[in-house]
Amino acid sequence: MAEGVVMATGARSIEAPDVGEALKQAIIASGIALILFIAIVGIKTENAQGGLALIYRFGAAFSLAATVGVVRFLFDLFVWRGLGREIMQRWLPAGTLGTVMTALVIAAYLLGAYYFIVPGSRLALAETLSDIFGDNEWRSRSRIFVELTGQLVIAVFIVLSAMGIIMALRRLFSAAIPASREAVPPAARAEKTTLAEFGQQFAPALLVIAVILPVLVAGPQQRYALDTAIQILTYIMLGWGLNIVVGLAGLLDLGYVAFYAVGAYSYALLSTSFGWSFWICLPLAGILAAFWGIMLGFPVLRLRGDYLAIVTLAFGEMIRILLLNWQSLTNGPNGISQIPKPSFFGLSFDRFGGSGTKFHEFFGLQYDAVYRIIFLYYIILALALMVNFASQRLRRLPIGRAWEALREDEIACRSLGINTVTTKLTAFAIGAMFGGFAGSFFAMRQGFISPESFTFHESALILAIVVLGGLGSQIGVVVAAVALIGSSEFFRDLEDYRMLIFGASMVVIMVWRPRGLVSGRAPTVVLKEHKVISGGLVKEGAG
Amino acid sequence: MTAPLLSVRGVDAFYGNIQALRSVNMDVAPGEIVTLIGANGAGKTTLMMTVCGKPQARHGQIVFDGTDITKLPTHEIARMSIAHAPEGRRIFPRMTVMENLQMGALLAPEAKFAEAQEMVFSLFPVLAKRRNQRGGTLSGGEQQMLAISRALMSWPRLLLLDEPSLGLAPLIVQQIFQVIRELNAKQGLTVFLVEQNAYHALKLAHRGYVMVNGKITLSGTGRELLARDEVKAAYLEGGR
Ligand SMILES: Nc1ncnc2c1ncn2[C@@H]1O[C@H](COP(=O)(O)OP(=O)(O)O)[C@@H](O)[C@H]1O
Ligand SMILES: [Mg+2]
Repeated sequence: MAEGVVMATGARSIEAPDVGEALKQAIIASGIALILFIAIVGIKTENAQGGLALIYRFGAAFSLAATVGVVRFLFDLFVWRGLGREIMQRWLPAGTLGTVMTALVIAAYLLGAYYFIVPGSRLALAETLSDIFGDNEWRSRSRIFVELTGQLVIAVFIVLSAMGIIMALRRLFSAAIPASREAVPPAARAEKTTLAEFGQQFAPALLVIAVILPVLVAGPQQRYALDTAIQILTYIMLGWGLNIVVGLAGLLDLGYVAFYAVGAYSYALLSTSFGWSFWICLPLAGILAAFWGIMLGFPVLRLRGDYLAIVTLAFGEMIRILLLNWQSLTNGPNGISQIPKPSFFGLSFDRFGGSGTKFHEFFGLQYDAVYRIIFLYYIILALALMVNFASQRLRRLPIGRAWEALREDEIACRSLGINTVTTKLTAFAIGAMFGGFAGSFFAMRQGFISPESFTFHESALILAIVVLGGLGSQIGVVVAAVALIGSSEFFRDLEDYRMLIFGASMVVIMVWRPRGLVSGRAPTVVLKEHKVISGGLVKEGAG
Repeated sequence: MTAPLLSVRGVDAFYGNIQALRSVNMDVAPGEIVTLIGANGAGKTTLMMTVCGKPQARHGQIVFDGTDITKLPTHEIARMSIAHAPEGRRIFPRMTVMENLQMGALLAPEAKFAEAQEMVFSLFPVLAKRRNQRGGTLSGGEQQMLAISRALMSWPRLLLLDEPSLGLAPLIVQQIFQVIRELNAKQGLTVFLVEQNAYHALKLAHRGYVMVNGKITLSGTGRELLARDEVKAAYLEGGR
């Protein structure tokens, strides 16, 4: 086959797209699609007087089938061949998961292109979808979904197109790019594009999307979208914090929610009793949580694995029960309400009331409740990024290395002069501190907290995010948090089945990728000149 | 004899109620290679671990370079420039070779890292080739080399090696023993070597001790011990 030859000889020529063949495939595809769509979409039953009435929607069926044909044609010409294929090989990971991701990315790209090029297409699609679902509940749900995902898909389209254009330009202007990549045999190449690498490549794009998200989701659903995003970011932050304890130091902590609670109550109590602002309370809450982290750390210094898990679980429950019963301080099960809301450098986001200038007055804007949400979004984004940055830095410092070494072999650690006691305690303390930050944010956002928000379920969820993401992987936490929180948000009405779906997906992932979505840790030092070794030989385990 | 670098005096050690070491006396002079041989379960590893403070000696005294280290915690003993390549290698499997070496250099001044790295790569060139490979994927011999290299990264004054020949092919064992000899001859590194491979260990060492059931039963120069009938019968059956 032509492909094989290209690979083997390492030539850099682009295969000429075979228009005739592509056309043939497209016609076949749209023919099959038409047969299916006529039955599924083309004929619809509706309740009418005197029984069911048939409604014919052949137009819709035809246009769907035509879309399939066009997509197939474009795929044949651009995605499976030439530059498109090169982009895929270069940027997308291999393996089953890689294929799924590839398919998703391609689908997102095409959808994005469609939205981008055809104005009003998003609305039309939302209409079509809600027609297919029929029932009202799902109608509005799918409309929201299309609305929200639309912006993201367009972003994917723009980013990928930009990448494609850059690659095309580079190829045009430097005909003789060193053929090093081509020289790598196909097998080795497939191993090089792992999901972790994929994550690294796309992390900047994700960051850009995160920063401009409030603009991307502008529109009637902005508030809902930002609320969901804030929730996801809170869990990402918690996941990154717990990752230090579980992923790096290898200490299984089932009571992480305790520190989240300590942070939340610290902010709630300090701000309501002393009127201190969020930015003063935040570090204090972190310190208090870190203190409790050390309190937990001491008794469990000698424990590992299962025993550690049980004690930390008990610790989490203890804190919750303490909060529940220490009426005089925490107001028990009634919780603490009227926790101060955030203000923008002293400018309140309220509409009326209180003294001082309001945010919208100061900037001469029309009052809009969403400003506060946007502000909260950026606070949690900044906090989460800070946690990420800090843990990346820590990993490269002696303390971070000591954590990792501790996870690998405690005896070897000691014989290398590492004080395992302080190492463990710092892991607990720093992990707890980040949990405390997240807790403060949670209290500020909610304005009301009670022990109910800090049950074992939360600990389990955070741990699930870390484990599903792949222990120690930063980008994995993001993927897992988006998947778990985002999907449970989307399926909110299926409350009863949520845990079932959750459990089933856990089982599936653990069977399919037992070391988490993004497994394998990135070395902290890589010497470039030897990079080729790391890909090919590691898996063979030479020796 | 010069003042010993490491001296073990009347040390008893216990695992719970089980006594593993019985009044052990042993000296390692600066610049010496001293080996401790004995059957499986004799207590060799226990003696080495007791020097490292885990388990701690219940009676007796361990002195390193004039300082009593008997009651110090392990990590502080390591900080006195005693490096330990423990039994079973215990390298960090998910870290790369370079990262393992960096872990070994935690106690050394950063400025001396490059020099130490160069030294271990010249001792074990194969590690240079594997520098970005994960420790767990190295062969057994390479892992042992890495364990020794990691210990050397801290510029120790005393190197404790626990059964470096464990499970390795004879050729690799020869290579590793050759490196130990070289380190001792060229850099004057003091080595305390625990071995079951009595023949090679006694040939390499200046002096040796024989341990049976937690007690030192024989001691002498390597050559003397090799010539002793008891040693031949118990540890060198069939020649080696
Ligand atoms: N962690 C431990 N707990 C209890 N007993 C141990 C432990 N480690 C070793 N022992 C016992 O101490 C004795 C000496 O063991 P060890 O020092 O490992 O012997 P060697 O290294 O000479 O083979 C053995 O009887 C062994 O069963
Ligand atoms: Mg032993």
